[in-house]
Amino acid sequence: MIKPVAKQANKNANLRQTGIDAATKVVANFSIRSVQYLDENANIVHDLPMFAEDSAELLKLFRTMLLLHHFDRKVLMLHRTGKIGTYPGTLGQEAVGVGMASALTDDDILVPYYRSVTDLYVRGVRLHEVLAFWIGDERGLDFKDPRARNDLPLPICISSQIPHAAGVANAIRIRGQKNRAVLTAIGDGGTSEGDFYEGLNCAGTWKLPLVIVINNNRWALTEPNKCQTACQTLAQKAIAGGFEGIQVDGNDVIAVRATVDEALQKARAGGGPTLIEALTYRLCAHTTIDNLERYVDKEEYDQAWQKEPLIRLRKLLQVREVLDEASETRMLNEIKEEIEHEVELALSLPLQPPEAIFDYLYAELPERQQAQRAEVSARWRKN
Amino acid sequence: MAAITLLEGVNMAIDHEMARDINVVALGQDVGKSGGVFRATDGLYKKYGENRVLDTPLAESLIVGLSVGMASQQMRPIAEIQFMGFIFPSFNQIATAAARMRNRTRGRITLPMVIRMPYGGGIHAPEHHSESTEALLAHLPGIKVVVPSTPERAYGLLLAAIRDPDPVIFLEPKRIYRAVKQEVEDNGEAYPLESCFIDREGTDITLVSWGAMMQETLKAADLMEKEGVSCEVIDLVTLNPIDIPTIVESVEKTGRCIIIHEATRAGGLGSEIAAELSEKALLSLYAPIGRVTGYDTIVPYPKSEHYFMPDKDRIVDEIRKAMEYH
Ligand SMILES: Cc1ncc(C[n+]2csc(CCOP(=O)(O)OP(=O)(O)O)c2C)c(N)n1
Ligand SMILES: [Mg+2]
Repeated sequence: MIKPVAKQANKNANLRQTGIDAATKVVANFSIRSVQYLDENANIVHDLPMFAEDSAELLKLFRTMLLLHHFDRKVLMLHRTGKIGTYPGTLGQEAVGVGMASALTDDDILVPYYRSVTDLYVRGVRLHEVLAFWIGDERGLDFKDPRARNDLPLPICISSQIPHAAGVANAIRIRGQKNRAVLTAIGDGGTSEGDFYEGLNCAGTWKLPLVIVINNNRWALTEPNKCQTACQTLAQKAIAGGFEGIQVDGNDVIAVRATVDEALQKARAGGGPTLIEALTYRLCAHTTIDNLERYVDKEEYDQAWQKEPLIRLRKLLQVREVLDEASETRMLNEIKEEIEHEVELALSLPLQPPEAIFDYLYAELPERQQAQRAEVSARWRKN
Repeated sequence: MAAITLLEGVNMAIDHEMARDINVVALGQDVGKSGGVFRATDGLYKKYGENRVLDTPLAESLIVGLSVGMASQQMRPIAEIQFMGFIFPSFNQIATAAARMRNRTRGRITLPMVIRMPYGGGIHAPEHHSESTEALLAHLPGIKVVVPSTPERAYGLLLAAIRDPDPVIFLEPKRIYRAVKQEVEDNGEAYPLESCFIDREGTDITLVSWGAMMQETLKAADLMEKEGVSCEVIDLVTLNPIDIPTIVESVEKTGRCIIIHEATRAGGLGSEIAAELSEKALLSLYAPIGRVTGYDTIVPYPKSEHYFMPDKDRIVDEIRKAMEYH
């Protein structure tokens, strides 16, 4: 039997008249703060934060983003010439990683996600390390820079890092360390995972010193945002965790850094977690082995290029007369040298010895694996 | 020195380590104020406070993931999963994070953490409260899996698990949580995690078991002893890594072996032990290696559980079969 919907509505109207609805309490209203300083045409739309008054600082951010931009292109070339396999690019999303990580102090801890070369680079992790990992060498996750020694490795399992980040933040909370906070990242698709909600919920419950940045690059592999959620924003998911969610223009590095900076300060001061949704666009394919033409609308994609984060920052720096064509060319030459060097390091990394497949399993290798280790050793060192 | 239960042995070990090391924290559902559904963490919240005995949100993946994060900063979390049947939401965290962190960072980040949980049947509990899925866990390289069978071993092995630099899964046979009492001194002495215990020496047949099945195995050994069959009884204790050399040595002496476990048979750890013995002790065997295990079916609800559960009679039958084989 089909029930007429209109009749039901009438029934509800009757309830309303009986006063049952009058008991409905407004528990919370929600609105989402949206942060932008520099719009796509390089107009300053908001009073700049202090660090952005410093042109040298902005120039540094620009250089880092430019480097990562070109690194991305280089890796794609390496893939085309068969030198590397799968690599998840960050083209177009440089401002998210660079902006967020540049708000960290050395005492903070970064819990990256798998598309985090940008934030890791700012942290002092070298490009050859990240590349080595993607080429298939575990040593790439043994970050050598002292700043990154305690940072977690990038996880491949989507969203598994959010509970880890909550755990690191919980260690900080239990130890009563007032000067530290944890910064983690996740993709838009990752917000559909249970681990995202579990971590978010716990962070709110325990008021953890944690900042979660969503790199909303609009795509989760081939699925657009609308496949993930009926929510208007991803930032509002923080409401379910009982804390603030903010949207930020993820192509405006000033906005990303300022927002993350503010959230980290709040976290360090005991004010609890913040969720920050950075709106950007994945201008590369999902990975080097993916072809975005199969599912990305050409017009949308071309428009996204207009909003790309380097364009507006370059304009601002040119207006401030700290960058011109000649100096950018010089910068680019330096950058390319660094990239070549890092690629060379990654590609020329000698293989790990065969025994190493066992050597980091446990602090002490059990007898069983010792025998297997000896077998592998004998087999691969025969001549 | 007081006689204590296995459960109290667990509590005593956690307490000992929390007093000794400020980095040790206990966490899980209901472990705090109430001391856990079985009272394994009883009294600890009062003693160490809410920052070291944490009532977590009801989320298993979170509990293990949190522990990974805390351990990455060299805290020593002891996480409780309320029942082994509810470990599955956290399986991902165990397999993709806990077991691999040392390996994937080439030793840069290590995880000194314990995930403990009651397991096994025989307590007339509802669905999902009676499973023995230890083989699913023992299969993963990078973690250790430990099962005590007495109060004293619960204490000594849990101390070792907490002090271990790598993740340890600690399975507590809830059927014998309160079954036996033993005098255990709170002396802080840990057992090694890589060797089994020979509980009874014998010459005719080797019986290998662990957890609550040790009780049935010892009963069967008693019965057979009266018939003149001398049983060597081994408590396996550590399911990953398994102490194969001790078992091989025993079987070289007795020439017969039966493995007894509550878990289902196919792909159970009995298969692994039998395979190792066939590789390393084949010529010492007088009879095929036998297994007494749960049947390959869903653990029945309490009213039918006894059809499923190995008991001393089934073990005795299998011993006789081995003794009569020629
Ligand atoms: C748990 C898990 N499921 C599936 C995958 C395969 N996978 C890798 S990346 C990806 C899409 C992730 O999208 P999003 O979270 O938006 O991050 P982005 O790639 O856009 O940075 C998928 C499905 C995985 N790595 N982990
Ligand atoms: Mg995405």
